[in-house]
Amino acid sequence: MTWDWSAVADFMPRFWDGVLVTLQVLVLGSLISFSLGLVWALAFRAPSRFVRWPVNVFTEFVRTTPLLVQLFFLYFVLPEWGVQFSALTTGTIAIGLHYSTYTAQVYRAGIDAVPRGQWEAAKALSLPAHRTWSAVILPQAIRRITPALGNYVIAMLKDTPLLAAIGVLELLQQSRLESASTFQYTEPLTVIGIAFILIAYPASLLVRSLERRLVR
Amino acid sequence: MTAGLWQNWVLPGIWITVQLLVYSAALAAVTAFAVGMARTHRSRAVRFLAGLYTEIFRGTSALVLMFWLFFVVPPLMGWQLVPMWAAVLALGLSYGAYGAEIVRGALNSVARSQRESGIALSFSPWQRMRLILLPQAVPEMMPPFCNLLVELLKGTALVSLLGVGDVSFAAYLVRLATQESAQIYTISLVIYFVLAMVVTRSMKALERRTKRNIGIEPEPALLGGLFARRSASAAGTEVAGGASK
Repeated sequence: MTWDWSAVADFMPRFWDGVLVTLQVLVLGSLISFSLGLVWALAFRAPSRFVRWPVNVFTEFVRTTPLLVQLFFLYFVLPEWGVQFSALTTGTIAIGLHYSTYTAQVYRAGIDAVPRGQWEAAKALSLPAHRTWSAVILPQAIRRITPALGNYVIAMLKDTPLLAAIGVLELLQQSRLESASTFQYTEPLTVIGIAFILIAYPASLLVRSLERRLVR
Repeated sequence: MTAGLWQNWVLPGIWITVQLLVYSAALAAVTAFAVGMARTHRSRAVRFLAGLYTEIFRGTSALVLMFWLFFVVPPLMGWQLVPMWAAVLALGLSYGAYGAEIVRGALNSVARSQRESGIALSFSPWQRMRLILLPQAVPEMMPPFCNLLVELLKGTALVSLLGVGDVSFAAYLVRLATQESAQIYTISLVIYFVLAMVVTRSMKALERRTKRNIGIEPEPALLGGLFARRSASAAGTEVAGGASK
C-alpha cells in the first residue's frame, strides 16, 4: 500500500465542504453551549431548591452520558414527538447541549471566584439583581474563564466527527463518502486526521497564552 | 422490550462496555505514566518526543483515530485489527495522552525541596521517582483521573460505529427491532449514568486510600456520591479541560 497524492487531490473539494460544515457546527454549537451554560450556571444559584435540584441532576446526567447516545436519542426520538430537524440541526443542538453542561461548571467556578466584596459592593450601591450580574459579577467572571471555555471549544471540535454517525456531511463523513466511492481509505482519513491536529494544536497554544494573560 | 432483547443484546452490551472500559483504562494508565514521566525527564530529546506524542494524540479526534487504526493501519502493516482491539488501542492511546498531562502536572506540583532532598540523599533518578515523587503525586492525580475515566467511559460508545456490540450498539439494534427509540435510548443513557456513578465512587475510595497511605486525609465528599465529581471538576478544568471523547 502506497501513499497516492492524486487521491489526496481528488479528496480536496469534499475536504473543504467538510471543513465548512465542521466550522459551522463548531460556531453554532459554541454559541449554544456558551449561552445555555450560563443559564444552567445562574439556575445553580437560584433561590428555590425546586429549580436548583432538577438543573443539577439534569446537567450531571447529560455530562456523564455519551454524546453519541444523546445524538441518537435526539435524532430518533424528536421525530417521534413530532419535532423534525435536519441531521445538521440535530447534531448542532446535541453538541451544544452536551457542552453546555461543561461550560456551566466553568461559569460556576468563575462566578464563585469573584470576591465576596464585589457582591457586597453591589448590594451597598443597591444595584438591582440584573445590574449586579451584568455589570459587576459576570464581566469579572467571564474574563477568568475565557481560557477554560476555549479548551471546551477545542474539545467540541474533536467531537464533531461523531455527527457523521447521523449522516452530517462534516469532515469524517466526507472522508467516508470519498472512501466509499474510490476504495481509498488511507488518504482521506489521514488527511482529516492531520487537519484536526493542525487546527487543534495552534488553538491550544492560543488558549495557553490567553491563560497566561487573563488568569493572573 | 422483551426479555429476549435484554438477554441477547443489552446485557452482553453492558459486559462489552465494561470490558472496553477496563482494557482501555489499563492501556491509558500505562501510557499516561510512561509519557507523563518522560515529560519530566532530564534529556531534552525524551521530553520533546513525549510532548510530540501528547500533542498528536490530544490534537486529533478519538473517532478519527479509531477509524484510522481500523481502516488505514491494516493495509499498511498487512494485518487486520479486531474491531475491539482497534477501539481499545485508539481509546487507550488518546486518553493516555490526556492522562500524561495530568501525571506531568502532578509531578511538577510536588514541592521542589522533595526532589532536592532526594538528590541530597544521592538517590538515582528512578529511585527519586519511585520513592519520593510518585507517592506524593499519585493522590494529587486522583480527582482529574476520575474525570478522565468518566470521559473514557463515554468514549467507549464510539466503538459502536465500528460494529462492536457495546451498549450503544445494542441500543441501535433494539431500536431497529422495536422501533421504540425513546425507551431504549433512555435505558442506555441510564446504564451509562449508573456505570459512571460506579466509576466515580470507586475512584473516590481509591483517592481516600492513596491519601491515607501517605498520611493525608481527603476532604469529606460533598452531598454524597451523586455530586462527588463536582468538587473534583474545579481542579480538573485546566488539566483535563481539553478532554472529551
